Amino acid sequence: MKKRLKKSSKANENSRQSDRLRFSFFPGCSLKASGHENTLSLLKFCDSVNIELKELEDWNCCGSSSAHSVDRDVAEKLPMRNISLAPKGIPLMIACPSCLIRIKSMYLKIKGDETLKQEYEDLWGKPFDEDLEIIHFFEILNRVRIDDYIDRPKEKLKKLKVAPYYGCMLSMPPDLRFEKSYYGIMEKTLATLGADLISFGYGSRCCGTYLSVAKPQIAQKVVNEIISRAMEAGAECMVTACSMCHLNLEIRCSLENPIPILHFSELLSMALGAEDQKKWFPRHIVDPVPLLKKRGLLIS
Amino acid sequence: MITLDNEQDAFADEIKTRSGINFSACLHCQSCANGCPFLEGMDYAPNAVLRLIQLGLEETALKCSTIWICVGCNTCSSYCPMAIDISAVMDELRHKAIEKGIKIAEPDVLNFHNEVLNTVKKYGRTHKLEIMMRYKLKKMDLFSDMGVGLKMLKKRKLDLTPSKVQDEKAIEKIFKGK
Repeated sequence: MKKRLKKSSKANENSRQSDRLRFSFFPGCSLKASGHENTLSLLKFCDSVNIELKELEDWNCCGSSSAHSVDRDVAEKLPMRNISLAPKGIPLMIACPSCLIRIKSMYLKIKGDETLKQEYEDLWGKPFDEDLEIIHFFEILNRVRIDDYIDRPKEKLKKLKVAPYYGCMLSMPPDLRFEKSYYGIMEKTLATLGADLISFGYGSRCCGTYLSVAKPQIAQKVVNEIISRAMEAGAECMVTACSMCHLNLEIRCSLENPIPILHFSELLSMALGAEDQKKWFPRHIVDPVPLLKKRGLLIS
Repeated sequence: MITLDNEQDAFADEIKTRSGINFSACLHCQSCANGCPFLEGMDYAPNAVLRLIQLGLEETALKCSTIWICVGCNTCSSYCPMAIDISAVMDELRHKAIEKGIKIAEPDVLNFHNEVLNTVKKYGRTHKLEIMMRYKLKKMDLFSDMGVGLKMLKKRKLDLTPSKVQDEKAIEKIFKGK
């Protein structure tokens, strides 16, 4: 294993450069603002596994829940513009499950509708890219073998009892029901890294999204239910796929001594040897540092 | 037996056409209701809302709280044995309620959506702090839930300045006439 690691990290730079995967990257508002620690660890992770990300230039909000709730026209045009900005020939990678649904479902809708395609071309003054590949961040784990980049991967999250939480957007959108499902990929990856996986039956339960603002008491109940189920099942931390879920699980939990909630990108990045956790973890409401130290996964 | 007059049929037909969803396939097995995480906050279960439309009870359907409490998490559609995209129907009912100027059962939810879209119109991206402040101002309720706001500020989860799109013309084009 050591040999392979040496070979991959010290391999001549030329071959590394040519192996480098390139994606354009749509961060979305949640990652860009409240979830900085998600973005930082995600960028770090991609760099560690030889992926080059180029932020989609001048991207706009995908419309989120609000646009499709109250204004169909705006809900269609916001993702349209993002699609029109995507450079040709490289996949567009989206890390937020909600942005992924909005942008990818709009893309598929245009692809199957000639009138809409014409409207798109009139609006943005360029031909619709029939071959644009839109992927979720998790797709990286299908394209890269992370254990190739890690010496003794099983030690990295050894015995950490983690409950993977996908939220609703990755598991259930009817618009994407014929697209690849990413359910199970966190379990597979975390198992590679030696974590103990906790199954708790609430992994795709909705976090309450904007009800956290408009109906806080409803969101609080849902959040407490999700976290307490994970705790009852023996989890000592949860890992989320979505920055917005992460925010809700943190701010709306009113349980006593709740477990820390980590972004999946943080655990991945840690396993790959990132050392800038000091920029991420202070942004968490429930500090994950004591737990990670107790498990010997974090030294300083 | 329930017979529908033409006007009632027209409402069901309109929602069906606009959403593209055939909710007549609903068996009323209530799988959606059993799965919905937010059922307690609703006045009608999701399948009951479909029933209101089937029966042509337009006003009741557009006035109900369910259409605003539903966040579109799609738990219902994934549980539905007939694979009905119930969230898409809810979207349509919300649009229709706004169009018709119906009294909104959950004004806070609509207020929130409007504030989100306000910041997107202004900056091209959402700005959480402004959304929260304006939402609270409109509600004339600045102080409830302060703890959470302060916690978010302390943990730097609310950026003070908005992140903006450079191409303002493009955003204007998207919001043209709004």
